[in-house]
Amino acid sequence: MSKALSRKGSGPLSGLSDILYRHPRLLLALLLGPPLLWLGLIYLGALFAFLSQSIFSIDDYANTIYEPTFSTIAQLTSPANLDIILRSLAMATAVTVASAIIAYPFCYFAARYVRGKWKALFYLLVMLPLWSSYLVKVYSWKLILAREGIVSWIAEKLHMTWMIDWLLSIPTIGGPSLSTSYLGTFIVFVYIWLPFMILPTQAAIERVPANLLEASADLGGKPKDTFRHVIWPLALPGLIAGSIFTFSLTLGDYIVPQVIGGSAQFIGNAVYLYQGTAGNIPLAAAFTLVPIVIMLIYLSVAKRMGAFDAL
Amino acid sequence: MRSDGTIRPSPWLTAATIATLLFIHVPLLLIIVYAFSADVNFQFPPSGYTTQWFSDALDRPDLWSAIWLSTKVAVLATLIAMVLGTLGAAALWRSKFFGRDYVSLLFILPIALPGIVTGIALRSAFNVLDIPLSVWTVMIGHATFCMVVVYNNALARFRRLSNSMIEASMDLGANGFQTFRYVVLPQIASALLAGGMLAFALSFDEVIVTIFTAGLQEKTLPIWIFEQLFRPRERPITNVAAVIVMVVTIVPVLAAYYLTKDTEHTSGAGK
Repeated sequence: MSKALSRKGSGPLSGLSDILYRHPRLLLALLLGPPLLWLGLIYLGALFAFLSQSIFSIDDYANTIYEPTFSTIAQLTSPANLDIILRSLAMATAVTVASAIIAYPFCYFAARYVRGKWKALFYLLVMLPLWSSYLVKVYSWKLILAREGIVSWIAEKLHMTWMIDWLLSIPTIGGPSLSTSYLGTFIVFVYIWLPFMILPTQAAIERVPANLLEASADLGGKPKDTFRHVIWPLALPGLIAGSIFTFSLTLGDYIVPQVIGGSAQFIGNAVYLYQGTAGNIPLAAAFTLVPIVIMLIYLSVAKRMGAFDAL
Repeated sequence: MRSDGTIRPSPWLTAATIATLLFIHVPLLLIIVYAFSADVNFQFPPSGYTTQWFSDALDRPDLWSAIWLSTKVAVLATLIAMVLGTLGAAALWRSKFFGRDYVSLLFILPIALPGIVTGIALRSAFNVLDIPLSVWTVMIGHATFCMVVVYNNALARFRRLSNSMIEASMDLGANGFQTFRYVVLPQIASALLAGGMLAFALSFDEVIVTIFTAGLQEKTLPIWIFEQLFRPRERPITNVAAVIVMVVTIVPVLAAYYLTKDTEHTSGAGK
């Protein structure tokens, strides 16, 4: 350090430092330039180039016709494609609601009753599944839901096989087996995205001051009233922040429905199919617009409800 | 759920919490059980246990080359992400300029949009520019979404830096570079390291962007596992590969946690 200080005010580095100090904009440009070039050119450039293909169309021989048209985007409203979009939206909504219902009691417990050393452990217990490999998680459910797997085994031991059969016999959500039904897809989605709901929700509940709950009780509020009028409104931004992830990630996923589920398509599968084997890049781009537009609307609503402060 | 400043949770709440903990952990633990299963199908409970699959996996050159490729991509992507993410955080930390909010949104976008969007956009750009898919294109894809975790960690730490120490350093005659080297860097180093660890974990197990940006020759470990999901020929080896991915991602995440656990913003709080 003393050596460094002895060179005070001399040398080219020092001169450069002075220039940068006098020109903060230059410093900002030098710092921001490289990451902004990378994200702006590589990422946004690629994204816009791809999405802009949605205004083109293809001819009968799968050649792209480079004439602006809305016909490709209009194809999204065909019954089959609308079906895919609505199915994805329904799945994303169901997964989000279920994650919120499962996450809330857990977060309440973690925020209110877990103290000291346990707090760190609880945090790790949520963080590790969150960061565990997505692919490994999907794979583990293939093992769990397999015919000879653990779910069938437990059901058999508890003499509950009838219940699984009954669940699978329900029209729409059921199917020939758990690993080929909407029910299976739904369970795996909830499993994979649940930690993304837990973390912001728990943080939001932790910020509710305990004396507010005491005040509510002192003023004669029953637990039910305290929940409805005190905790719920304060926890809501956390739940909405979590729902951004569960909703967006379910909406664009294409691997889970491929591995666990029936033959029904979701938006992600359609994008994959059209850009790949079908060779219809314009329609793939149009389909990609759907989750992006939905998420932009979702984010603007979430922002208005204060969810960004809970992130 | 009594509300009288209560200490004890209701039994229902406790039961629900334990059930949730089991739900998020048992599937991962099962993978480990299956890796030691003596059966070649998915039978539960396994008829016996063996370590044979681990030694079989050690003899597999395809598995080793997949591990090596994943490591190479993750290291390169992490290094790029650490440089660019730190620069971005340093730029956005104190400065105010037009469009600052949009720039910070841009950093988060690659991870907020579904992976398929990032992957497909990059792939079509590589096609248009006639760039052959290779290990370098995978690395570019990974660096793009890894940047955000380094950026988040660095920014959180920058915000905690006390301005007066930087001013003191300057007052005592240190130039900007010396101040960075001796005052700023020691304070942000652990956050940068934690961000790098998380970026490595994120890259090592990534599959969606990888599928779109990798050529046919580039089989990372997640792609190797992914192919086995649809053509399950080698279940026991796949189980071992899954355990390897799990361990290689969990170790850096734990390390990142311990590096930053005494600060108010702990790494890993958002993926």
